[in-house]
Amino acid sequence: MEGWDLFVENFVNLDSLARVWPLLLQGLGLTVLLSVVALPLALLAGLVIAIAYSFRRRALNVLLLVYIDFFRSFPVLVLLVLVYFGLPFLGLTLGGFAAAILALVLNNSGYYGEIFRAGIVSVPQGQGDAARALGLSPLQTAFLVILPQAIRNVVAPLASNSLELVKTTSIASVVALPELLRSARVALEQTYNPTPLMAAGAIYFVLLWPFARLVARLERRMLARG
Amino acid sequence: MDRIADNYFNLSILARYYPAILDGFRVTCLVAALVIVVGLALGLLLAVVRAFGLRAINAAITGWIDFFRTLPQLVVIVIIYFALPYAGVTLSPFIATVLALGAVLSAFAAEIFTAAIRSIPRSQWDSARALGLGFLATLFLVILPQAIRIAIPLLTNRTIAIIKGTALGSAVSLPEILGSAQSAMAIAANPSPLTLAAALYLLLFLPLVIASRFIERRFAHAP
Repeated sequence: MEGWDLFVENFVNLDSLARVWPLLLQGLGLTVLLSVVALPLALLAGLVIAIAYSFRRRALNVLLLVYIDFFRSFPVLVLLVLVYFGLPFLGLTLGGFAAAILALVLNNSGYYGEIFRAGIVSVPQGQGDAARALGLSPLQTAFLVILPQAIRNVVAPLASNSLELVKTTSIASVVALPELLRSARVALEQTYNPTPLMAAGAIYFVLLWPFARLVARLERRMLARG
Repeated sequence: MDRIADNYFNLSILARYYPAILDGFRVTCLVAALVIVVGLALGLLLAVVRAFGLRAINAAITGWIDFFRTLPQLVVIVIIYFALPYAGVTLSPFIATVLALGAVLSAFAAEIFTAAIRSIPRSQWDSARALGLGFLATLFLVILPQAIRIAIPLLTNRTIAIIKGTALGSAVSLPEILGSAQSAMAIAANPSPLTLAAALYLLLFLPLVIASRFIERRFAHAP
């Protein structure tokens, strides 16, 4: 029984939790804010990249592929450290929030760009030709015919990447931005007790678990379809 | 222009610190290799055990998968490194990073292998059994070879994404590429070590990222 009491005292300590709960909630607020700012920006950038790619200008496409692969090759944390600690030597100092957004958007615009690109490529050429033959303008063809089919083909990777983006906001803790993980670590240092860390883990899990299940279902359906 | 060269490509600083950063490169490669071995092997094992359809065991496996798929990698690393000591388990940054990322990869891999196994048509099972193969022979000789092939594109992408997470080890003072570059930058008060680190990450991951695109294309056209 002593072992169990010790476990509760350390990992499910309600006194310590009550003390740091407001701090954790503030951290959660910042995690949500990071997500809702970075996610649309990265999606939009990825979509623009993929649409530009579909114009099939060879030089432009080489540039776009270089951009996509360049930013997919860096761990997000490395981009964040470059932006946050490296740029000030150029006289360009960004706050933790702006630096985190920039790193997340650069990295994920590469991922989304590649996903949307694959989606557009998966739509048969005849769809575009038929739409043009029916008198639709290039823009109408792109937005009314190609993109709706393209996006439907890549719903699973889109959802999966979006979940990863939200999870990745936790790296902002490294540049002292007090989002959920950082708040939990500050709280751990205040209380000398890992309960805040376990609570932060629980908050992440409760909030993200439904999305993780959804992503798993979409991926399974995609694989089953072949 | 001089300022850029002096700050980001400072040769005298690079000459002084590149051995430490190369050591970091070795640590990154070693952690990545261990994560791949641990993660893929455990993931395949979990998927195979799951295929037996034992309810209690499958509930536990699903719990493991959901837990490590849902939590951010950095949160898993931080919990293993900073919280486990309170339970009397103190791990080095190296072991903590390998275990955390290995567990995360095993969860994703198990899910992908499972989905691939389930995507094999029922008739494959039926005909193998009709030919007199047992359950195990069917699973290992007929189903898995096809399933692994289907799983490869998703698995490649996910594995690359997760081994990029080795950089997160720097948050628990693992001296991999990023960590050693940051220490060097702090001592030298110059970001050139960071430039070298960035170049090393490109060297390591750019070929993988490009290869994954070809793998995806190749397997997309497979029957």
